[in-house]
Amino acid sequence: MKSLLAFLIKHHFVFVFLLLQALCIWLMSYHKGFQGSHILNSSNAFVGNIYQISQNTSEYFNLKYENQKLSAENALLRNLLLNNYNAAPQKQFIKNDTLYKQQYIYLNAQVVNSSVNKRRNYLTLNIGKHEGVGKDMAVASPIGIIGIVTDVSEHFSSVMSVLHKDTRVNCELKKDGSYGTLIWDGRDYDYCNLTEIPTHAKIKQGDTIITSELSGIFPKGLMVGTIESYERRINEAYYTLRIKLSANLKRVNHVYVIINKMKGERDSLERKAQIQIDN
Amino acid sequence: MTTDYYKYTFKSLVLLLAQILIVQNIYLGNYIILLPYIAVLIFLPFQIEGITLLIICFFTGGFLDFFYDTSGIHASACLLLGFARRYILKILAPREGYEIGIRPCVEDFNLQWFITYAGTLVLIHHLYFFFLEAFRFNEIFRTLFRVILSSIGTFAMLYALNFLFYKPRQR
Repeated sequence: MKSLLAFLIKHHFVFVFLLLQALCIWLMSYHKGFQGSHILNSSNAFVGNIYQISQNTSEYFNLKYENQKLSAENALLRNLLLNNYNAAPQKQFIKNDTLYKQQYIYLNAQVVNSSVNKRRNYLTLNIGKHEGVGKDMAVASPIGIIGIVTDVSEHFSSVMSVLHKDTRVNCELKKDGSYGTLIWDGRDYDYCNLTEIPTHAKIKQGDTIITSELSGIFPKGLMVGTIESYERRINEAYYTLRIKLSANLKRVNHVYVIINKMKGERDSLERKAQIQIDN
Repeated sequence: MTTDYYKYTFKSLVLLLAQILIVQNIYLGNYIILLPYIAVLIFLPFQIEGITLLIICFFTGGFLDFFYDTSGIHASACLLLGFARRYILKILAPREGYEIGIRPCVEDFNLQWFITYAGTLVLIHHLYFFFLEAFRFNEIFRTLFRVILSSIGTFAMLYALNFLFYKPRQR
């Protein structure tokens, strides 16, 4: 016992190192599922406020680009206004205002911090639980998808960007609906890979890729990007497409958080079905 | 002596803030990620060693983890840096041991000593950090490329920071 103690005291440096290292590994693995949530993250108030102050100053440098983007979107929305359309010629028509139920709600948010050159990129938004943001909600900019919310605090939220090694988004070809999984390979912030597109799909360079409803996170039909090139690797029964993302994640400033009001209902139904399969 | 420590703490905090607010937003392509904040640990005086050193490393890394959303990877890499620092200093020590009052900077030793000391620590830190961050074997060459380029960038910044932490002595 005495010699053991002497040994521990003699090498206390190594043991303290191993102890703290074990603590780090526990922190890394804690709660790390498909969309990991961590203890150390930027959604807490202290970090969020520092980023907010920094963003308030740097925002002015991007105003021109943001204005262009907003006015382009305004023009698009104006085109959808009712008074742009002629009234239907029939005397009778169905008034179906109770047939529609709102499924998705868009919240406006400001990005206070973002990165594109790490292997795991995150964004911090300036809205949180108080405004109705929750875990696993979709985040998109007016021109393309951005990521998925992983952590929320009272007034800030942390978003796992599309440019993260663990992000998987279900996407499909706009013209025929063949679907695959969007993965980032870490090389360039403008490009992602879309894998597992079946070989019978007719693919052309420049085709549009949109989100599919399969994952239950993104609403169907959000713009993702366009096809840059495609290949069929040896021994693989499907295409891998290289997608140019339409959203510029390096200059992203204003985004929407998309709340799916029916996600809870859908999830509980799917969970019930899963339990029935398991039994 | 105490005022020296206060000054060092103040400079370290400024550097950490600069890392998260300015350096983090510098974009030099997808393979260069500058992490000059490790200067805080590399330029620590020789008197700080043992468990104190490890604890300082742990909290510096933990602070970065909050801002980088890396959940412990920075803390782990900084700990390894602190651990390696002790043995590298032992190997590089002159025969009579380190003189009292000597500081770990280019001026008190020479450029060759600094390249061996800081270069090794930067390489160890970056190798560990980027491989832990990627955590995939099929990206091994891309990660290695990233380690090499980032190490060069960080080392160049460390060389400049050398003069921020230790002003030349008046003769």
